[in-house]
Amino acid sequence: MDDMVKLTAKDFTSDQEVRWCPGCGDYAILKCMQRTLPELGATRENTVFVSGIGCSSRFPYYMDTYGFHTIHGRAPSVATGLKLSNPDLDVWLITGDGDGLSIGGNHLMHSLRRDVDINILLFNNKIYGLTKGQFSPTSDVGTKSPSTPQGSIDPALNPINFALGSGARFVARTVDTAQKHMPGVFTRAHGFKGASFVEILQNCIVYNDATWANVTDKAVAADAQLLLENGEPMVFGKERNKGIRFNLEKFALEVITIGENGMTEADVLVHDERNLQMARMLAELGGNAGEPMAMGVLYAEQAEQSYTEAVIEQVNAYKGKRTLKDMMYSGETWVVK
Amino acid sequence: MGSDIQVLESAVVRFAGDSGDGMQLTGSQFTTSTALSGSDLATFPDFPAEIRAPVGTTFGVSAFQINFGAREIKTVGDAPDVLVAMNPAALKVNIDNLRNGGLLVVDTGSFTKRNLQKAGYTENPLEDGSLKDFQTIEIDVSKMTLEAVKEFGLGNKEALRCKNMWTLGMMLWMFSRDRAPVQVWLEKKFSKKPEIANSNIAALNAGHAFAETAELSAAIKRYQIGAKKTDAGLYRTVTGSQALSWGMAQGAELAGLQIVLGSYPITPASPILHALSGMKEMGVVTFQAEDEIAAICAAIGASYGGALGVTSSSGPGIALKGEAMGLAISTELPLVIINSQRGGPSTGLPTKTEQSDLYQAVYGRNGDAPMPVIATRSPGDCFEVAIEACRLAVKYMTPVMLLTDGFIANAAEPWQLPDLDALEPFEVKFAGTPAEGEEFNPYKREEATLARNWAKPGTPGCEHRIGGIEKSYDTGHISYDPDNHQKMTDTREAKINGIANDVPAQTVDQGNENGNLVLVGWGSTYGPISQAVKAARAEGLDVSHVHIRYIHPFPANLGELLAGYDNVMVPEMNNGQLKTVLRDKYLLDAKPFNKVSGQPFKIQEILDAIRAEFGVNTQQDSAQEQGAA
Repeated sequence: MDDMVKLTAKDFTSDQEVRWCPGCGDYAILKCMQRTLPELGATRENTVFVSGIGCSSRFPYYMDTYGFHTIHGRAPSVATGLKLSNPDLDVWLITGDGDGLSIGGNHLMHSLRRDVDINILLFNNKIYGLTKGQFSPTSDVGTKSPSTPQGSIDPALNPINFALGSGARFVARTVDTAQKHMPGVFTRAHGFKGASFVEILQNCIVYNDATWANVTDKAVAADAQLLLENGEPMVFGKERNKGIRFNLEKFALEVITIGENGMTEADVLVHDERNLQMARMLAELGGNAGEPMAMGVLYAEQAEQSYTEAVIEQVNAYKGKRTLKDMMYSGETWVVK
Repeated sequence: MGSDIQVLESAVVRFAGDSGDGMQLTGSQFTTSTALSGSDLATFPDFPAEIRAPVGTTFGVSAFQINFGAREIKTVGDAPDVLVAMNPAALKVNIDNLRNGGLLVVDTGSFTKRNLQKAGYTENPLEDGSLKDFQTIEIDVSKMTLEAVKEFGLGNKEALRCKNMWTLGMMLWMFSRDRAPVQVWLEKKFSKKPEIANSNIAALNAGHAFAETAELSAAIKRYQIGAKKTDAGLYRTVTGSQALSWGMAQGAELAGLQIVLGSYPITPASPILHALSGMKEMGVVTFQAEDEIAAICAAIGASYGGALGVTSSSGPGIALKGEAMGLAISTELPLVIINSQRGGPSTGLPTKTEQSDLYQAVYGRNGDAPMPVIATRSPGDCFEVAIEACRLAVKYMTPVMLLTDGFIANAAEPWQLPDLDALEPFEVKFAGTPAEGEEFNPYKREEATLARNWAKPGTPGCEHRIGGIEKSYDTGHISYDPDNHQKMTDTREAKINGIANDVPAQTVDQGNENGNLVLVGWGSTYGPISQAVKAARAEGLDVSHVHIRYIHPFPANLGELLAGYDNVMVPEMNNGQLKTVLRDKYLLDAKPFNKVSGQPFKIQEILDAIRAEFGVNTQQDSAQEQGAA
């Protein structure tokens, strides 16, 4: 009967007071999720949010669904076990750059490699917020923090590269404030059978404010972001006159201006989200001055079966064929009279 | 020759050779044949951590000991009656343990200058008179085996690998055992390589024929060890890992739940992962995780999803699971954590046995994090203890630590198959959709057990959030309230302590309910303690034996029971861990008696300790297992 009643954002909002800092990017992501779930036809009882530790990982408390706030870095493992025991559930995993890429890097890698049927949202604010501002594995080199007063030395990890390198079959990127873009990415991730990985550029207003400003500020966004659409040319810029071209000699992507230096629209690459090599190059985009960061679905290539489906199928192929009694009472036994 | 059969009550045989000589297979096949003839038995596979240590070295020696008899067998035997040494290194490592006058069988073909050197012999022990205290049978097993398998056209190396079957054939004849089960096993194992199967069978038969036709004249005696008089029923041999895995599947069935095992390979716990992976017929889901932490976390996730999560490991892996155990305690989810203990600390002695993870089990977590701990004492006992772990986990909504050890995991014993239909179910009742106007509270507790509500995700109206942060006693929501934390800590403790009243009262295994001395043991020391106490009592010493299954909490009557004895001694394969817990719990003057050599206790060692306690001089005789009283 519930199918008849259309749920709203309110139905997915728990009665718990939200305790993120005022102005935190997490609020926008929460709102977007609460708004999007009804559109996806999700039900409260079949939806589970699993998280690790960190600011982002408080997310489950604010959703009126099932939720499990686990321990630092281990949410992918908990979610894997949950899916194996209860495969019909819709499982979302909330993690951050420290939780997912540092302490939990191993589990994130293996859940992506296995293609566990869960939706992974990694809030990347390039800083440890909950422990008061230490640099994280995605922090830019030179980040000054309580543990790196002279600036951080270790190079930053690119989450999209990490996911692709781990064998992820769905990789996307969006921005906390992009309320129009984000629902589409969530919808695609949700619809993907297998592990879907979404990096969300998120602002920490207290410890790393404006760290993404050069990509997300309204004034620069059009030139700093490449909004990917499958089958569409990779055109961007305020004037919609910039494009991404594959430079064969350099074996790399480059930014061109249509109408300059003999470049035409025909030189611009067309996005093919099933092309893994293209996704790998798009992951690197934004690393050099003048390059936009790729947003949207960089890569999506669904397998015939997700990991969880395959495991369940294997068990079901044998289930009931023998009882424990058959097993224990067979083989080399003898009778004492 | 055939009529010259000497009837023995029991015998201890030890097969020893190089890691690559197939001694474990030889031993386990000898065990099967022995079990099928109805003798009682206990086995002790004793092997190095290296898969193939350098050939011929002493640290590459692998051994398999079996004690079997027409009476109750509780230990693997202190000293072998028969030692089979396949090379000089095996002789060197094991000869000191062979009883005086015992039978020694050596493969002279392997006593080359080079092998003698590798074993550290400067003189050939077969020639220098150092073995004069034993009856030695020298056979060139290598040569005989090559001869026996010649017709199958194997290479020299492959042909020599049949040596173990030749030896087995000889030993089966010596102890009047049947070759048929071994042949059936060989045909099955090498069904795709008939030439290997046939070669091994030929070697087996040749060894048997060699002994039978008495090419060594009367040197080889033939023994007969009868069937043990025992309860009527159907029997089989089991190892601890096997019985434990079956017990887990049975426990889950009695709870009406599916098992999800999360595990990471580790010695000596891996056989449980293997066994449960082969039980898909019972709906068992196994997950070989990327590490120990992922393994337990997946099990916790499965329990959150409404299955029975199980994780299995050994000490070092259990250490890694510590934080996640706390999560299961805080979220009050059922979970069974199996620890097949090995020598520690750190990597320690991976293939050797020890009981040194008791502190880790009882105390080893951050915060006040109480958890029931129960221990198995023998391979067959694992079945019942596994079911008990499942029962406590679901009834009290708690992780349960099940302690077993490397010895129990690998050792085999005859086991009367239980009547599965007679087992009492303990079916789980999940929370249902609350009535109109009522709110679901995941931390609402059952009055008698203090167990919380368990709602399966997917149930409408029971949507709730749990986690490792402290929860409000009243609502289950996050709470940082000081009084609430005190109340929740007290409640978690009271819940686990309450289990003391839900487990059988502690009984006395042997002896009286009071007296001069009691030996308190737990786990796999059961056999040697039991035999030592029996021997001491036969000498007139007032000593009793109490063996504890429930380590935390202790059975409600344990304190009172132990107070009835003047002296309490705790033999353990650690540096005194149960002793400390007993002292802590009962302010009891428990005395430790410890051994941490990676080898099980000998009966003699415990008997000597008992005698010393009574001021009796240690006698020169060596203790052997006593028949059932």
